[in-house]
Amino acid sequence: MKKRQIQRMITAMTLVTAGIVAVPLAQADNFTQADLDRWQQEYQAVVSEGEQLFHGGLGNKNTVSCDQCHPNAANTHAETYPKFQQQLGKVAVLGEMINWCIRNPLESKPLALDDPKMIALQAYILQERRGVALAPGKH
Amino acid sequence: MSKIDRREFLKRSGALLAAGSLPLTLVDVAFGKASTDDFTFAYISDSHLTHLKGKQFVRNWDRGLIRAVAEANLMDPRPDFFFYGGDIAQLGKPEEIDHGLEILGALRGNVHYVMGEHDYYLDLGEHWRKRLGPDHYSFDHKGVHFVVLNSIKTFDDWTYNKWPSAAERMHQMARLDNPQGSPFMVGDKQRAWLKDDLDKVSKDTPLVVMSHSPLQKIYKGWNFWTDDAEQIQALLKPFRKVNVLYGHVHQIQTNQIGNISFNAAMATSWPWPYPATYKQQASYMPKLTVNMNRADPFFERDATGWQFINMHTGRVDVNYRLPGNQNRVVAWDDKAGHPDDTQFQDAADRIPPQTHY
Repeated sequence: MKKRQIQRMITAMTLVTAGIVAVPLAQADNFTQADLDRWQQEYQAVVSEGEQLFHGGLGNKNTVSCDQCHPNAANTHAETYPKFQQQLGKVAVLGEMINWCIRNPLESKPLALDDPKMIALQAYILQERRGVALAPGKH
Repeated sequence: MSKIDRREFLKRSGALLAAGSLPLTLVDVAFGKASTDDFTFAYISDSHLTHLKGKQFVRNWDRGLIRAVAEANLMDPRPDFFFYGGDIAQLGKPEEIDHGLEILGALRGNVHYVMGEHDYYLDLGEHWRKRLGPDHYSFDHKGVHFVVLNSIKTFDDWTYNKWPSAAERMHQMARLDNPQGSPFMVGDKQRAWLKDDLDKVSKDTPLVVMSHSPLQKIYKGWNFWTDDAEQIQALLKPFRKVNVLYGHVHQIQTNQIGNISFNAAMATSWPWPYPATYKQQASYMPKLTVNMNRADPFFERDATGWQFINMHTGRVDVNYRLPGNQNRVVAWDDKAGHPDDTQFQDAADRIPPQTHY
């Protein structure tokens, strides 16, 4: 009995000590307005990069740019992905359709789906589509 | 193959091609009785030919124009003439304009040209005018008065003072969704010319006014817009029958404002979204418009095309020729007093691809 009580005390003390040590570090649920501002800035910087890539910044040799068919990224329907693309014969994500455009009208090489340029293009496209309800699968 | 055999072969294959691919029967349907007022003309627009280097151009846009020219040449009966609605070039380069005029040179007949912003903002239209003459003019044909306007000018400050180079100015105007852009306008000088020109024309004479941008206000953000549209409409108002045809928008648009009918041209290059699909801004699409079908990006000519105009009793029927798609006809409806899509005007008759979102 006594031995167990001692063990419990030691465990509790350890936890308290650990707690005290941990207090000065930020907790996951303890972010500030400054954090929010910084995260928004990080996001907006990627949106801006995406806007630039979308408007001729991809460096493809035939110089065709995304905005030639999609001003303000309209007619990209980001909210409908993933969806079945009959021409691909499968359910595809937005990035695969971006790569389709890069390969065909832009006559260039597709990007990896986690390429920072691919992420930036999607950030811009979704930013221009903000407020539209999600409608996966819709045609 | 002997010389005669070959000539005969070419003649026959030409006839087969014409009969097989383009039976333009609609031309004769509406008006049985012969009248000097009835004629057709072809209307091709917005090719955006893009020069890369040397003799290289973007293949896709070249193909669109080449196809339209080949098809327009097969019209039967022959059109009285052709109209080109503007934006031969993408970045206003002499190479692009020359390349376009070489392709358009295959058209078998007279071609009238309209200036587009992509033809203008590099050298302010100098090369275009050198090749094609004045950018605004008028002529009469079989009792119809045709007027061509240059509607893509803008504020002098934007044109002359804002950009470090002509190339930069062209790049800025070439971007449709540019927040640094500037609204199109016909301007005081040309409006004074228009007034003067129209003063000499009887109010009963049917008018066809050709411009690049719509002479009505639809969406300023993409310059589906002419800033002095109301002032031009006021000059057109005293005439009984007025038809405005315009390019720039790369889509079917239909409207009626008082006595003025408006019809837009499809592009040979690529389609543009309807402004309502951009959810961050309001726009004003005329309610008479029955949308073109949404583009299938896997067919590169989809939602592009050209049109021929059936001109009868001073009114315009637009016959849209849409590769790989069902052709569309937006015809003057005398009872309704406005143009109608002959198949899809009634909301109940529309099909899913005509819904854009």
